[in-house]
Amino acid sequence: MMRVKTPPVVWRSRNHRYKLVGSKCKACGEVRFPPVHFCSCGGEVEEVELPRAGRLVSYSIVYAADEESRERSPVIMGLIDLGVTRVVAEIVDASPEEVHSGMQVEAVFRRIGEDGETGVIAYGIKFRPAVG
Amino acid sequence: MPKPEALTGIHGWGAYVPRARISMVDIARQWGWSDHQWKALGMIEKAVAAYDEDATTMGLEAAQNAVRRAGIKGEEVGAVFFGSESKPYAVKPSATIIAEALGITPVTMASDLEFACRAASEGMRASIGLIASGMLKYTLVVGSDTAQASPGDVLEFTASSGAAAFVLGRAEGAAAVFEGSYTYVTDTPDFWRREGAPYPSHGEGFTGEPAYFKHIMEAVKGLLSELGLRPSDFSHAIFHQPNGKFPVRVGEMLGFRQEQLKVGLVTPQIGNTYNASALIGFARVLDYAKPGERVLLAPFGSGAGSDAYSIVITDAIEGKKGLAPTVDHYIRAKRAISYSQYVKMRRMLVK
Ligand SMILES: [Zn+2]
Repeated sequence: MMRVKTPPVVWRSRNHRYKLVGSKCKACGEVRFPPVHFCSCGGEVEEVELPRAGRLVSYSIVYAADEESRERSPVIMGLIDLGVTRVVAEIVDASPEEVHSGMQVEAVFRRIGEDGETGVIAYGIKFRPAVG
Repeated sequence: MPKPEALTGIHGWGAYVPRARISMVDIARQWGWSDHQWKALGMIEKAVAAYDEDATTMGLEAAQNAVRRAGIKGEEVGAVFFGSESKPYAVKPSATIIAEALGITPVTMASDLEFACRAASEGMRASIGLIASGMLKYTLVVGSDTAQASPGDVLEFTASSGAAAFVLGRAEGAAAVFEGSYTYVTDTPDFWRREGAPYPSHGEGFTGEPAYFKHIMEAVKGLLSELGLRPSDFSHAIFHQPNGKFPVRVGEMLGFRQEQLKVGLVTPQIGNTYNASALIGFARVLDYAKPGERVLLAPFGSGAGSDAYSIVITDAIEGKKGLAPTVDHYIRAKRAISYSQYVKMRRMLVK
């Protein structure tokens, strides 16, 4: 949460945060989110839009969030398997008792941070339980 | 002059309603209102945006659904009009955030419009002209609000959150075609929010007759007279829905039957979503409408004004219905919350 909310960071990251765009290695095919400039194998990468539906692999619940996050406590952080890669993101629209490993989730566009009452608002991807 | 030379239509529509719902009973209990006070409003429950949602995030999900149904690429959109009275930034457009996320930037018009609850409808009126003139191929119109209500105010029963969006373009291939439109505005101080004020104020008994009823009736009568149509020519009629009762009464006053209003009346289940109020109702009508049906749409905004549209459904609608979640999907996907959770989610608890 600390570095998401300055104008340069909001501006530079808007493409991948707004559209769920990751990087894909042209050599080994590894997909990463957030995107990286070079793959760990040394290969060049290209941008790729990631699937918006996935499965919650595991999660942890933060009950005592810091001052600025208190109104969103408890915060549920999830590890989500999108098939092509795994991403770490907040799980929303669910209370701790409604969350379980293996549940289907879908990407949503939400506020991910804001610089106090007067500063810039950062938007990005979180996940919510999928409803059939 | 309600008819442009070239006809404009709706290529895609979409809605969004947040999942949390608070019941009227819980709000009434908190403030000691009696049951007949909320029953008189024709309300059951209302949708509440989560702490990390705002008019921009909700508007984007509705817009994603509309673009999916339109089956177009972002760069084909030439204007994004965002109508809201709960803009996350007082200065800095939401329209550019939505345009960026949908790949519409950079060669596009984009602006946020304000006219209480009818700002998005003004975007629709402007779009019809921009498209009919041949200047633009497609426009995206978004109405979205996290409606504010002062705790304990009677507005708290109805003020809710939601969004609707439409992709407009030439009539060819559209799911529905605008047959005519008509606007009626006057300077009427029925409801307002001053710069910097967190909650709106309203002119009590002044909000009904001289504002809502007068402007909608004049707009609809003007449209019908220009087009030579009668209420019985329409399969569906959707009016702005500040509560569950006003749209039913204005429909009756204009000579519409209950069955014509039924499909488009969504406020009792989700509350008054302000800029999305009539437009989510319209999106639900499109979810159900059949080719050949004629639809009357009349949004209203305080301050005050109303637009009336006559819209004819085409054969193309059937192929688009299943391309994105319906309004009913969002109405059904709900979670009950308590009054204290509501206060926390609307960020009124931690200061
Ligand atoms: Zn690699």
